[in-house]
Amino acid sequence: MADPMRIRAALAGDETTVRVLMAHVMEPGTRKDAAGALIPAHFIQDVDASHNGKSVLKAMWSGAVSQNPFLSFKFKGAAKGDKVVVKWTDNKGDSRTDEATIA
Amino acid sequence: MKSTRRSALKTTGAFAALVSLGLVTQSQAQAAVDRASFAVKTLDDALKAIGGTPANSDQVAVVSPDIAENGAVVPVGVTSKLPNTTEMYIIIEKNPTPFAAAFMIPAGTVADVQTRVKMGQSTNVVAVVKADGKLFSATKETKVTLGGCGG
Repeated sequence: MADPMRIRAALAGDETTVRVLMAHVMEPGTRKDAAGALIPAHFIQDVDASHNGKSVLKAMWSGAVSQNPFLSFKFKGAAKGDKVVVKWTDNKGDSRTDEATIA
Repeated sequence: MKSTRRSALKTTGAFAALVSLGLVTQSQAQAAVDRASFAVKTLDDALKAIGGTPANSDQVAVVSPDIAENGAVVPVGVTSKLPNTTEMYIIIEKNPTPFAAAFMIPAGTVADVQTRVKMGQSTNVVAVVKADGKLFSATKETKVTLGGCGG
């Protein structure tokens, strides 16, 4: 099981800024190891963020996104104390869900 | 006789492979773009996968550094001031597979996302935005001093 995500969600005015740091190798499948063999691809394909059960952002990624990916986005209509839930799924079918409280 | 059997077997095998490929893409297909779009090799093909040639717009902005010291971690963001922005894409023109990321923006979410991507070499970063069903784009060049795609 992958390490937990670090999620910060802060309300400023009517906009909530969500910043997520995920722990993942994000191997693109183009790199080679010391012996010259290709390292198999292993990266996050889908990210889904929701607030009170309503989707606020969906992302589809390729292996071009950096290791331990960072994601930041903003949405409206949230209040302090609400929960933001972020879920990712990688190309091997692993997934991880974490949540944070809006501060 | 033998050769006929062999070629017949070959054809069947190829057909089965095609079917399985088709099944894979179907089961992974998502709302906006197909998972297969991420495998395309050129900027033109990536734009085709999104759905056509976008028009340049000054309402769309790419946030990326002029010079990135480490190509493995380049902060890139896309913002759009166009109303009804529903989809945003990041394309790294000179990467082996240029299509880097797609974002679906539901109503209520601000068209402003940031992430970090890898770049193999100095390249144009193209942001494509879909607003009101039309495509708009913006381009910015980022110089990379150390590539991030291995080799």
